Amino acid sequence: MLNQYPLWKYLLILLILVTGLVYALPNVYGTDPSIQISATGEGQVDSAAHHRVRELLEGNDIPYSRITLDEQGMLVRFADVDEQLKANDILRSEMGDDYVAAMNLAPAAPSWLTGLGALPMYLGLDLRGGLHFLMEVDTDTVMEQTYEDMSNEMRTILREAKVRYRSVTQKDGAVELRFSSDEEREAADTAISAERRDLQLIEQERNGAYYLVASLADSAITEIKKAAVKQNITTLRNRINELGVAEPIVQRQGEERVVIQLPGVQDSAQVKTVISATATLEFRLVDVENDVREAQRGRVPFGSRLYEERNGDPILLKKRVIITGERITNATAGFDEESGSPAVFVNLDGAGASRMASVTKKNIGQPMAVVFIEYKPEITHEDGEEKVVTRKVEEVINVATIRGVLSKRFQITGLEPNESSELALLLRAGALAAPIRIIEERTIGPSMGQDNINQGTSSVLIGMILVLAFMAFWYRGFGLVANVALVTNLVLIVAVLSMLQATLTLPGIAGIVLTVGMAVDANVLIFERIREELQNGNSPQASISSGYAKALSTIADANITTLIAAVVLFVFGTGPIKGFAITLSIGIITSMFTAIMGTRAIVNLAVAGKKLRKLSI
Amino acid sequence: MQIFQNTNYDFTGKRHYALFLTAVLLIIAVVSLATRGLNFGLDFTGGTLLEVGYSEPAELDEIRSAIGRAGYDNAVVQHFGSSRDVMIRLAPQEGQINAALSDDILKALRAEDESVEMRRQEFVGPQIGEELRDDGGLAMLIALAFILIYVMARFEWRFAVGSIAALIHDVVIVIGFFSVTQMDFDLTVLAAVLAVIGYSLNDTIVVFDRIRENFLRMRKSQPPEVINTSLNQTLSRTVVTSLTTLLVVLAMFFLGGEMIHSFAAALLVGIIIGTYSSIYVASSVALALNVNSANLIPVEKEGADQPGHEL
Repeated sequence: MLNQYPLWKYLLILLILVTGLVYALPNVYGTDPSIQISATGEGQVDSAAHHRVRELLEGNDIPYSRITLDEQGMLVRFADVDEQLKANDILRSEMGDDYVAAMNLAPAAPSWLTGLGALPMYLGLDLRGGLHFLMEVDTDTVMEQTYEDMSNEMRTILREAKVRYRSVTQKDGAVELRFSSDEEREAADTAISAERRDLQLIEQERNGAYYLVASLADSAITEIKKAAVKQNITTLRNRINELGVAEPIVQRQGEERVVIQLPGVQDSAQVKTVISATATLEFRLVDVENDVREAQRGRVPFGSRLYEERNGDPILLKKRVIITGERITNATAGFDEESGSPAVFVNLDGAGASRMASVTKKNIGQPMAVVFIEYKPEITHEDGEEKVVTRKVEEVINVATIRGVLSKRFQITGLEPNESSELALLLRAGALAAPIRIIEERTIGPSMGQDNINQGTSSVLIGMILVLAFMAFWYRGFGLVANVALVTNLVLIVAVLSMLQATLTLPGIAGIVLTVGMAVDANVLIFERIREELQNGNSPQASISSGYAKALSTIADANITTLIAAVVLFVFGTGPIKGFAITLSIGIITSMFTAIMGTRAIVNLAVAGKKLRKLSI
Repeated sequence: MQIFQNTNYDFTGKRHYALFLTAVLLIIAVVSLATRGLNFGLDFTGGTLLEVGYSEPAELDEIRSAIGRAGYDNAVVQHFGSSRDVMIRLAPQEGQINAALSDDILKALRAEDESVEMRRQEFVGPQIGEELRDDGGLAMLIALAFILIYVMARFEWRFAVGSIAALIHDVVIVIGFFSVTQMDFDLTVLAAVLAVIGYSLNDTIVVFDRIRENFLRMRKSQPPEVINTSLNQTLSRTVVTSLTTLLVVLAMFFLGGEMIHSFAAALLVGIIIGTYSSIYVASSVALALNVNSANLIPVEKEGADQPGHEL
């Protein structure tokens, strides 16, 4: 019989429909502005903390709708964003260092839905507000640092092997060692090869001098850069956690780039200074045996380096570092008990503590310096082209006489008040392995996000109503069937987006709007065919059947080509374009299902086995 | 409702007038692109953008001088959407690399008026702008190449050339529209241009599908007649689909807000031009390349001649 589906097809359609409805449903409930409180260090999210939060909110007359406790911590929900913002300020300042408060959007759907894994669509930053950064890791500086370390290591190796050398210099991605004789060079070659098998050593002779050029293999360079980016990502994550942001995204993009997305954050200036700061510390002994003025005249003694103190005075420090900032496990800002000046209290890890202990033990009565190191980006002009380079700024912030053996815990002074808290945060979160700079920023304020949601939703709804009205007017009965399909299509798009938790952006909404307009195309093709068949004198039943059949290949061709364009957009597009491509692709696929199978099922149910004389088309 | 049923407009006969119109549009587009160029948005030029909201209608001159006092003289300051919203745009700054520029300006504005609200803040480094430009151009070429391959495989090279000619026609005219009006050409517009490619192609494929079908059915007719019949048979569908799509795009244009205004404008122009090109450009090119039934016989047919085939 014509126009009848087997039972399994109806069941399949029903199953897809029900699944779609369930997964689209959480979006109806939306999200609550909320604050997520989690514990760090000593703190615990328990009933006492719960009580404290309630007291703070009630004491400050901030209404909240619900507080829940779960494995991740405590979630306080609010009716609107204003209350959330006020509560956030209070909770962050009053709950102390043991708790982190982060603003969040919590699904408002009932638990039976969230239990099924049904969550609302994940809104992009342009819809919920927040910060987006693309940062570039300056791997050139990493390589420079690597070659500097290599040079130092070579000197040590040669000294220990008692090989005489004229100079060790860094040159074009390699370290060049100069010798007066071939024998010395041979000896150096043997000594270095024994220690560092990964180095490539090439012998050269120029102007009567003997050179040994040590360089790294390409694969080793790639590894070093990779490791630097990876370490930077870890550090950035730590820093962002210190800032207290819910659902932060820190991801590597390409070789040397990192994407950071911080939903809900508004103070972009603070975030920028914290995440891109590259400050760290080094502890060095002061060279007291040599004269600073001699060094200033260019005669810097071997094994020492000339630094400047904050007030501009020169100071001579030993080249060997006692420890670097990496050995610091915890740091808190405070004030020196005696002088009342700002201080940072520092805790070292095991290796750092034992090294500090052994050096200070041998040098009691000697001065030790704390060097504050910062990387600052600068523009230079090279052959008429603008280039951004990172300059390393080193300053001696503090020189103190070692009075006793230092080990695990001690304090550093010599900083400005705001510097001490920032340095403490940076030391806690760890240093960046390489300087990093922002190359793209997109920040959306919360009111703008809400406007975008409202405007996006109203354009989808109004567009949809216009199309629904037009279709009902133009195709009458069949138009209504197409309208059912169109609404179902919208539900399915929302359901698929929710299931995939793909990011919905404003261009993504534009993609949905466009799909709404284009989804009816399949039905238009089918209905026009049915009309033609009817005109050719075919019976209504036969017209329906052949109308659907003849339109199929056209629909497939037309949609596949659009899908090609959408997939190319997805693969090559960035940010906003990707969001558009995702919804467009999903829309094309779901519309094929609803416009072909969905409408056919309804039409079949209505006409199967009936004697029809006329169609409402 | 039926108004395009059994039409018999002489599309192919009028194709020379259409050719004239096409030529005029293309010349305007190309000349404008060559002389005026495009008003590239921040995405492609790089630079800093700050959008702020005031509680009362804002005086642009005051804002300009406040920004000038902060040390940025070359800022473009304009209303954005309403008189309370202001957009400030700065070209990439010589000698300044940090993304903190917009924070600086915001601070200067807050010093004048505390109620100012940060709505949007963007910074695009020069190298990113360059990359986005290159990637965008590449995406467009790759999309065209894939479509060409698909249409060649499914139809015939004459159709493929016809559809690509129509697509290039659409792209040039839409981009030309942005050159003539000097509207901001940003990433979302590029996405819209690619969506227009998809949409216009959709239209073209539907017409070609019918032409192929009719070549087999109307063996005794001449190609212009076959094409004309096909265009008339698909006219109702072409118009209805364009109308429904235009309805939603109009909703987007008027209600979607400033951020997708250019995007909606590009689609609006693209859909109208795409509909026109699928009627006049695509099949005219195929016709000019001597497409005839002999070319189409070996092509495998699917679905169209199998009545009773269940979907």
